Amino acid sequence: MIALLRRDFRLAMRAGGGFGLGLAFFLIVVVLVPFGVGHDTALLAKIAPGILWLGALLSCLLSLDRILALDWEDGSLDLLAVSPIPMEAVVTIKALAHWATTGLPLTLVAPVFGVLLGLPEAGFYWLVISLLLGTPALSVIGTFGAALTVGIKRGGLLLSLLVLPLYVPTMIFGAELARRGAEGLATTTPLLMLAGITLGTIALLPFASAMVVRINLR
Amino acid sequence: MASIWEYANPVKFSRTVQVVLPWVSVGAAVALAVGLIWGFFFTPDDYRQGSTVKIIYLHVPAALMAINAWFMMLVTSLIWLIRRHHVSALAAKAAAPIGAVMTLIALITGAIWGQPMWGTWWEWDPRLTVFLILFLFYLGYIALWEAIDNPDTAADLTSVLCLVGSVFAVLSRYAVNFWNQGLHQGASLSLDKEENVADVFYFPLLVCIAGFVLLFVALVLLRTRTEIRRRRLKALIARERMA
Repeated sequence: MIALLRRDFRLAMRAGGGFGLGLAFFLIVVVLVPFGVGHDTALLAKIAPGILWLGALLSCLLSLDRILALDWEDGSLDLLAVSPIPMEAVVTIKALAHWATTGLPLTLVAPVFGVLLGLPEAGFYWLVISLLLGTPALSVIGTFGAALTVGIKRGGLLLSLLVLPLYVPTMIFGAELARRGAEGLATTTPLLMLAGITLGTIALLPFASAMVVRINLR
Repeated sequence: MASIWEYANPVKFSRTVQVVLPWVSVGAAVALAVGLIWGFFFTPDDYRQGSTVKIIYLHVPAALMAINAWFMMLVTSLIWLIRRHHVSALAAKAAAPIGAVMTLIALITGAIWGQPMWGTWWEWDPRLTVFLILFLFYLGYIALWEAIDNPDTAADLTSVLCLVGSVFAVLSRYAVNFWNQGLHQGASLSLDKEENVADVFYFPLLVCIAGFVLLFVALVLLRTRTEIRRRRLKALIARERMA
């Protein structure tokens, strides 16, 4: 399992710029927003948590098709299916590798981009917390979507259509947590809800993903 | 008493549909005609809302069926995953576009109603938002069916999507509640509440709801039968080629 994690990790880092690409995309989204809504600092500061969450979500979405599609094409997924590791563990590891190469770096650079958008001082702490808590859910849910569309040629758009509605609860509580943090309001409720969603998806969704992968391999 | 599982046999299902479908269709037509004409022409205008109150006869039944169609898909998906009856999977497939259209009707009539009442076509109210999200779920579900060639794989994957989607749809419903308080009124048709819609509006509304339910059943039966026939046609063509 560790070997699989390291392999996925290395592939994500080295192959075709997948690692930096998500971050670059995130940066571009953040840069484009002021062009879209104007450079009014007060307005930008107000919408900054939402924009950063949306950017993180979209750049997460961008890299989802890499989770399983390449392994599907070259047959490694078949090998993994007959290996002693259960498929549930395989998809969990894959989600973990995806999170470590997209969600985690996004969380780490988000405060820097927060500066660009004039995020208030108090917001940085909660922004990082909310992303750190929320992005694992994005990766796990995304792995489910990737598993659903793995057998489909050019399934990218379909993947987005399937996954984005599933992202709604995570997005609501994540962005709400970051917003409340930035405005200095009480944060306990969204914090607990976000943590609950993340832990719940991590606990349950791999079973659905593994089932879907097995169906696709049939 | 014959077991309900006998209808998992496509031939038996088709034969039953042959008998039942005309009755259900006529029932739907009659109930809709009676309910809508009664509602539109023979009920008084509301003292505050004027004649716009009559949108209720389309809005409420459509919204009701939008949710119940998804629920039906959930049940049939479960039956497919557990007992692998093909008719069940095909019924889920048949129900999805109908549910999507019902959702759309509820959204559009809601917008038309909201404009004079709330002064806005659209508001990010929890109920409205949830229906929009439900519509997206329907679209994703239909798109996944369309994208996969192998019918059994497609049935399996869409069933799992339906199960997972249901959980997330319920989750979204409560998340959205937390996110924004709404303009939309609470439930006013419950059987156990003191304050409900006045009887003048209530009875034609019930007839309309019955009409929508029958319409939904008729359409699902019709579309399921079409799917079975399409599947059989494919098999026949394949056999022809082999010979």
